[in-house]
Formats: sequence, C-alpha cells, structure tokens
Amino acid sequence: MTSYLIKGAKPLGGGPADVLITDGRIAAIGDSLSATGAEVIEAGGLIALPGLVDLHTHLREPGREDAETVETGSRAAALGGFTAVHAMANTDPVADTAGVVEQVWRLGGQAGLVDVVPVGAVTVGLAGERLAELGAMADSAARVRVFSDDGHCVSDPALMRRALEYVKAFDGVVAQHAEEPRLTAGAQMHEGDRSARLGLTGWPAAAEEAIIARDVLLAGHVGARLHVCHVSTAGSVELLRWAKSRGVQVTAEVTPHHLLLTDACAESYDPVFKVNPPLRTDEDVAALRRGLADGTIDAVATDHAPHAVEDKESEWAQARPGMLGLEQALAVVVETMVETGLLDWQGVADRMSMRPAAIGRLAGHGRPLAPGEPANLLLLDPAARVTVDPAALASRSRNSPYAGRELPGRVVATFLRGTPTVLDGKAVR
Amino acid sequence: MKRHLLESADLDRADATLVLDTAAQIDQALAGREVKKLPTLRGRTVVNLFYEDSTRTRISFELAAKRLSADVINFSAKGSSVSKGESLKDTALTLEAMGSDAIVVRHGASGAPHRLANWVRGSVVNAGDGTHEHPTQALLDAYTIRRRLGRLAGVRVAIVGDVLHSRVARSNVWLLHTLGAEVTVVAPPTLLPVGVGTWPVEVSYDLDAVLPKADVVMMLRVQGERMNASYFPSAREYSRRYGLDGRRMAALGDEAIVMHPGPMNRGMEIAAEVADSVRSTIVEQVGNGVSVRMAVLYLLLGGRSE
Ligand SMILES: [Zn+2]
Repeated sequence: MTSYLIKGAKPLGGGPADVLITDGRIAAIGDSLSATGAEVIEAGGLIALPGLVDLHTHLREPGREDAETVETGSRAAALGGFTAVHAMANTDPVADTAGVVEQVWRLGGQAGLVDVVPVGAVTVGLAGERLAELGAMADSAARVRVFSDDGHCVSDPALMRRALEYVKAFDGVVAQHAEEPRLTAGAQMHEGDRSARLGLTGWPAAAEEAIIARDVLLAGHVGARLHVCHVSTAGSVELLRWAKSRGVQVTAEVTPHHLLLTDACAESYDPVFKVNPPLRTDEDVAALRRGLADGTIDAVATDHAPHAVEDKESEWAQARPGMLGLEQALAVVVETMVETGLLDWQGVADRMSMRPAAIGRLAGHGRPLAPGEPANLLLLDPAARVTVDPAALASRSRNSPYAGRELPGRVVATFLRGTPTVLDGKAVR
Repeated sequence: MKRHLLESADLDRADATLVLDTAAQIDQALAGREVKKLPTLRGRTVVNLFYEDSTRTRISFELAAKRLSADVINFSAKGSSVSKGESLKDTALTLEAMGSDAIVVRHGASGAPHRLANWVRGSVVNAGDGTHEHPTQALLDAYTIRRRLGRLAGVRVAIVGDVLHSRVARSNVWLLHTLGAEVTVVAPPTLLPVGVGTWPVEVSYDLDAVLPKADVVMMLRVQGERMNASYFPSAREYSRRYGLDGRRMAALGDEAIVMHPGPMNRGMEIAAEVADSVRSTIVEQVGNGVSVRMAVLYLLLGGRSE
C-alpha cells in the first residue's frame, strides 16, 4: 500500500503540519516529517478535515439508475470530501429487507469511493403500515443502524412509538422525515407570503413542527433515540432545543440548501428549487444557522436527491422534489457558517463528520486527525472560489440549485482509509 | 409592453392603461362596422394551447385573434400527444417549429406560462394558470369598471369568495391596486391564503359590512367540492354568509355594479335575480373580453412586424 506524506496542511485550520499516512492509518502528524518511498502531496494553504459523513443521501440504485447509481453518487460524494454516506431506503425495490440493504452495501464496496452505509426502511414498502424486518437488516452484512421511511413520514403515532422502542435492541435510531401528511396534501412550497402570491399550495411550518413535537415526546417517553431529518423551520429548532434541555435523546440534521436558499427561489417557478421540506424564509435560514452553530442541530446532511431531466424540466407541480447536494455541501457550509463566523473548522469537522458518524454508529469515521486513526480525511483549498456548472458534476443528474453560483472552497483531495479517492480535485476513478 | 403577458403583478400602470386605452380604440374602430375585422396581424399565427377545458376563454381568444386577421390554431391538450405524456417543453418546441408567434396558454399548474416563456422565442399569454393568475380576465374587468364608472382610481372594489384558489382574484388584486382602486377581499378565513396580510388590500370576513361602501362587487365562483375539504360546512351556509342575493344587493349604493368572471353557480355565490339585474355586468364582461384580448395580442405582436 502506498504511503502519502501531506506537507504543510493545516489540520482543522490550525498551524501547518505534515501528515504521514501508511497502511490506511495516520502514522504521524508533525513538523518536517519525512518518509522514504512516500508519495509527497504539497498541501501548503490547504485545510485538513476528517472525511465527511452524510446521514442522508439518495443514491437511486436499485430502480432509478438513470438518475444516479451507487457508483456515480459515490464519486460525487468523494469529490465533496465525503468518506461515508448513508444511502436512503426509498429505492425500487425499497430497502426494507436484509437482501436489498446488502445489495446496496455490496455495490458501495465495489465502487470503493466512499463507505456506502445503507439505511433501512422503517415500514414495509415505506407504506407506514407495519414494521419492516429491522432486526434482520441490523444483523445483515450491511449492519444497518439508521432506519428511515424518508420521503414519507412515519405518521401513525403508535407505529412510530413501536419503531423507536424496537430499534433500541440493536442501538438503532429512527430518522424521521417530519411531515404531517394531512397538512401537506398537494403542498408545493413553504406556506407564507410568497405561496399566497404565487398560487402554489402551501406546506406549513406547523406540519413539520407538529411531528417533531410529537416524536420528541414519544422518544422521551420510551427512552429511545430519535433523529430528525432535514429540519427546515425556526420553530423546529426551538422544539429541538427544548427537547434536548429535557434530556431527550434527539439529534437533528439540516441540509446545505436550507442553510442558504429561501422560498424566494420559487418565484422563478423553476422546479430545480422544489424540494421537500420546502425552502423557507430568511428568518428560518437564520434560525437554522444559529441552531447548527450552537449544536441544537447536530449535523449537516445533504439530502442529495438526483432527478432525471424529465422529472425537473416541467411545470412546478409536476416536478419531483429534491436537489443535488454532495459536491457543494462543504462549500455551502463554508459560505453560510465559516465565512459568517458561526463555525470554525473544528466546528465544521464536528457537524459534518464527528457527530453524523456518531449518530450512525460508524466506528471508523468521524475520528480525530491523530496518529493511529483511520486515514479518512480531505484537503480543502479555502481560498478557491468555484462557479458551479451542473454539466461538470460527477452526479448522473443535473438538478443543482447552485448552477451559476460562485461558492467558496474546493476539495483538492480525499482519502478513504489511506487511499486517495480524489487527487488534484479530480476523482481517481 | 414586455414580450409576454404572464401575470398582472408585473404590469405597471402605464402598460395596463395602454392595454385599456387600446381596447377602447379597437371598440371605437369596430363600432358600427359590419365586418368586425382589422388586418393588423395578417400572416401571424396564434396558438391556443389549452390544458384545461375552458370553452369561453378559448373562444374569446380565438375571436380576438381572428378579428385581428391572425391565423389561429387551437391545440387542446386532451386527446392529443400531450395526454400521451408529451412534456410541456416538447409541446412548446413543436408549436414553435410550426411557426407560432404567440402561445395563449391555459394550464392547471401555477407557473406553467412562466416555464413556457423560457422555452419559446414567441410571446406567451397566460390565459389562466392553476391558482396563480388570469391577467386578461383582470384587464377585461378593469376595462368594464372603467366603462361603467368612468374611472378606476379610488374605486372601491370588493372581491368576494374563494380567494385562496382563485387566479381571477390574484390578478385583480394586483392590477386594481396598480390602477389605484381600493380593494377589499371578503371570504371565510379558510378561503383566504396565509400571507394575504401582505397584499395591498383590506381583508374582511363580513360581506354585509363591506357592501354599503362598495362601488364594485366582484363575485368569485365557489366550487361545491370545497366543502368536502372542510373549507366551509355546507353550500347552504356558504351561500347564506357569502352569497349575493336580492336582499344584500339592496344594500349597495345606487351606482354600484356586480361582476362575475363566469361560469356562475347561480344560487350558490350569486342569486339569479342579481345576475340578471341591471347592476350586473356579466354579459358585458364577455364582450369586453374580446376587445381586451385583441388589445393584448395587438400590443404583444403588432409592433414587431413593422
Ligand atoms: Zn426527507
């Protein structure tokens, strides 16, 4: 196995140091390291961060390989600085059996660009009626720990309670897509001033908050772990803050797009901005940034949702919800959290690597940059500014909401257990 | 004028007034003529692209285009390639390849005309999109008010009914505001959008309180199905609280007029005796619709051939 000597990078934005990688691990960090036979990577001015971990990725395989595959999604992830991604269960067939989660896990291994960690469905076929075989998925080779019906809310309160209780047996967590379905029938965008004017059916903040309020009470009652997907409103942040203060084992994620974009994007009627939950208001964006900064929101998760052209090049109401996120996630966090002074690099590592790895119970990820640790890390050029060109993305789909936008930072290299998956800003394969 | 007419929200006062004045000139030019036809758009092609059945709006646009001597193609999405899954974009590109200069589009999805405008070089006229806007309806309503009352500035207009789902209401709110009218929307709270507070209107839940001060009462069509989604308890209760009947009409000032974009639910939002009264402009609105749509097509297309 090739050794690498990274010269002069700044671990977590601190003072420059050399990082020696051998046998898949960080062998040493220090000044003026040398190693015979090691490939040298000049990294002056670059920031070294632990490899990012995504709790929420839609890889579309099996079923919609025209939109994304495990391989193309893995490549996009590596280019974004990720070393592990959780693959959501809403595939076709649904990942609700040990067989399907093992298939996805194996495809991830074959692609070999990131660790693909399957999420298991909570209910059979995501239908919200009866529990899928959660234990079988947990015991499978894929070792599923995160369960989610994402795309759908587990809206039946009794079923949600049972799911929360049941996964305690194998230290699992239920990741809830919080959306009260009766309050969001036909919903197209955030319900507020802009939906009133645009004539698009509103998705009220209360439909998210009502489920979060219910679920934190249930999680507290049964002493189980709850994770809330893609928190999008100021009210949700308040509820999470309250629940955490009461000792409820709740964690939450926010997407890059909810940190940056607002419902003003809908004024174009361009469905590239249609997403579920919808883009919210300036006040919500500000509250989400604050919540992420103070740790009320634990993690950034992309909700990377590739869609084929025909599913987006249409009328707003006909388009599928969702947007790409893997390749620009870190850049958006730099713009919204670092350049605003809300998070330092240690904070970025915590919200994009350590905490998501802990929530997903991933042993080898989200570790400190220290000797003996697995060499999962990325090098970021914080001074670069990149204009997003959807045609240049590694994802098979093109539905990036950042098209034409200049964002800060560029991932120069990513290492997965000591093997580069990205070098010079390009995927190694 | 801009290249497209997508929403009355982006018509400024000068543009809106130009449309109304042009409609008036067209009416004058055609008054007393046996052949109601102008040569203005000879050789130009107007496509009526209708994804929803709306015979009255389609006929109105068709007549408007024909009276300007344009070639008219009616493209009903039902029973065509569209119902077999052809996308709006592919349809738009096909129509453009056939040489259409303007596409008049009626669509069930809010914003569909905006999407269309990205894909074609010709003009797009919104003939009603989802619950968003129906700008030519608002223009013909404004034209009707101006003809009846002689002005728009300061005119007090009550828009009554299902504002939440009404593209006619949205278009009228923005246009009437632009033209200086004072608008009050009247509806049960369930049929007003969250966010209506940011509109340049007064909001009332009480029709009886609004009527004595109104110069214009614009009744919106209310679909009976709405009661199944609990927007109101029953058609009867809706009618009792928000319907315009003879008793309520008597509360109006002497000059006040009653409007309705049609088609009406007689007995629901409007009583027959009101619809057929001298205050009613309902038939007049239909006639004015043709003149206003002629003005719109003329202004969008006429200037560019010369
Ligand atoms: Zn979701």
